[in-house]
Amino acid sequence: MAAADDDRPVSTDSGIPVAPVYTAADVAGGPEGLAERLGLPGQPPFTRGPYPSMYRGQTWTMRQFAGYGSAEETNARFHFLLGQGQTALSVAFDLPTQLGYDSGHEMARAEVGRVGVAIDTAGDMTDLFGGLALDKVSVNFTINATAPIILATYLVAAERQGVTPGQLTGTLQNDILKEFLARKAYVFPPGPSMRLAADVVEYAADLLPRFNPISITGYHAREAGCDAIQELGLTMASAIAYCEELTGRGLEFDRFAPRLSFHFATTLDLFEEIAKLRAARRIWYRIATQRFKAADPASARLRFFSGNSGTTLTAQQPLNNVIRSTIQCLGAVLGGAQSIHVMGYDEAFAIPSEEAVTLSLRTQQIIALETGVTRTADPLAGSFFVESLTDEIEARAEAVLGEIEDAGGAVRALERGIPQRWITDAAYQAERDIAAGRRAKVGVNVHVTQEPVGDMALFQLDPGVAERQVARTRRRVAARDEAVCAAAVQRLRRDTGEGRNVMPALVEAARAGATVGEMSDVFRAAFGEFREPSPW
Amino acid sequence: MRPPRVLLAKPGLDGHDRGIKVVAMALRDAGAEVIYLGLRVTPEQIIRAAVDEDADLIGISSLSGAHLPIAEQILAAMGRAGCDAPLVIGGTIPARDAAALRSLGVAGVFPVGTPLPRVVEGVLRVAGAQAVA
Repeated sequence: MAAADDDRPVSTDSGIPVAPVYTAADVAGGPEGLAERLGLPGQPPFTRGPYPSMYRGQTWTMRQFAGYGSAEETNARFHFLLGQGQTALSVAFDLPTQLGYDSGHEMARAEVGRVGVAIDTAGDMTDLFGGLALDKVSVNFTINATAPIILATYLVAAERQGVTPGQLTGTLQNDILKEFLARKAYVFPPGPSMRLAADVVEYAADLLPRFNPISITGYHAREAGCDAIQELGLTMASAIAYCEELTGRGLEFDRFAPRLSFHFATTLDLFEEIAKLRAARRIWYRIATQRFKAADPASARLRFFSGNSGTTLTAQQPLNNVIRSTIQCLGAVLGGAQSIHVMGYDEAFAIPSEEAVTLSLRTQQIIALETGVTRTADPLAGSFFVESLTDEIEARAEAVLGEIEDAGGAVRALERGIPQRWITDAAYQAERDIAAGRRAKVGVNVHVTQEPVGDMALFQLDPGVAERQVARTRRRVAARDEAVCAAAVQRLRRDTGEGRNVMPALVEAARAGATVGEMSDVFRAAFGEFREPSPW
Repeated sequence: MRPPRVLLAKPGLDGHDRGIKVVAMALRDAGAEVIYLGLRVTPEQIIRAAVDEDADLIGISSLSGAHLPIAEQILAAMGRAGCDAPLVIGGTIPARDAAALRSLGVAGVFPVGTPLPRVVEGVLRVAGAQAVA
């Protein structure tokens, strides 16, 4: 909507000025300097991708985030998605599970099964994967405050299938810092939360060699309002904080770093997003090798999952969201993502309907199979504009990282509310820009129509879900050996109090039938609960 | 006349607070006094704060799909406590639920897609009517 005589500077969404045309002169250091900053795909500094053959070797993992109701409903959705050609699973948990309440808790009742699946026990987790071989299918878990507990129930579910921890592949989100920053599903204060996250990574370093025990994410800060540069800087600040927590325990960097994974948003400013993802790999390479003295190249090779942005989607003219998601998925592919989720076009209103999630999967499949973008690695390398933008984002994200470091690092900066203020201010500015027409949004402030908003078939939760789930958990609790369970919970209490790694005791408690709520209550009693200070 | 006093809160377990914070800032810039209670507050906490702060309006936000049971719980608790401040709600609210919320007694529904200036105008109209009354 910018008129030709508009004299405002032309810039990317995060404010990097864009020239009318780019030439070789815009690429610093000439061809030799560039070659050094790029390397080859699969080689340091990994700018061009983590693997030599990229999508020729293996297409990205198509992983639609799914979950609602109880284990049986979500299991059916998993079977449906795999039947449609999805290549891995991604579990969405309901809010009570994310926050450590059993479905029967008074805080839980209204939320059971709404934004994800309700998991109260290892029995639920076993049902969730009924008919799905856990030594074959890779599973992503979007779980954070209760990540160690959910991992324990998953290990028990695998054990009941006869699958050993060493065979499991997948990713546990387990990034608690971004919960304080943006996603807000925290429970315990930052200090003990960091300990729990690190317990998981340490445990996995010994027992889960093929599993990613953490996915360090800037996605949620971005969704909450910040720009691409801040997203990248904040992600790296978090990564440093986790690595310092782990190396501070005496764990060698190369023991855990190859299994660290990352998670970025891919939004609509196509070239900026591609440049950001390329810059991310280069920054991580530098942090891993210079700061943490990585000896194993795999420790310095950033792998990431990309979710496209829900906040770019609109309630008005919702079919337009299909186009937005397609462009974002393409950006993630051109940026070299290892796995991708594409938003449903109806997600401004509800979790996606079966029709919407199928279309999201088809979007990925069409890009993978029909466009030819998988034929060669990092196809945009050498573009004057993309390389110039990659360098610029890298430099600006390093500056953001520097600000966080000056504020005392990721944890301290969070406690002081510094990045939260960036996010809130940016969100308000973005909304004012849309209201004033400074930022175009088709169907919202330009090409507006009068059709009714939200008048379509949406996902609807079966109203009987909560009651059935509460009854199921009651039956399971009644059937467990109470003495064995109590002893396991007592061991968890002791290990938590004495500063031992909580994972072995959690696995024992989950196996004995302890509920997610009971295990969370041990941590609540030991650590207390966090309350966010007022933003103003 | 004193500025309208608006109490905002996120009941339930949903943590999506981008929208409510943006609305809080916009209301403040429009001259309202805003008290934001934050996340995971119970109906009782909301009502106690509304009475203590003499709020002209209670605004809640829900993006987890739990808006109907949450609004019911809050309205019931308000009835028990004799709190007569109008309740408005914003978030991911499908069209079919907006009418249901109004018939429960919700004074204003601002579903996703409502332009920010319309939210501000709508909230201030309801709050202002209350402040005068």
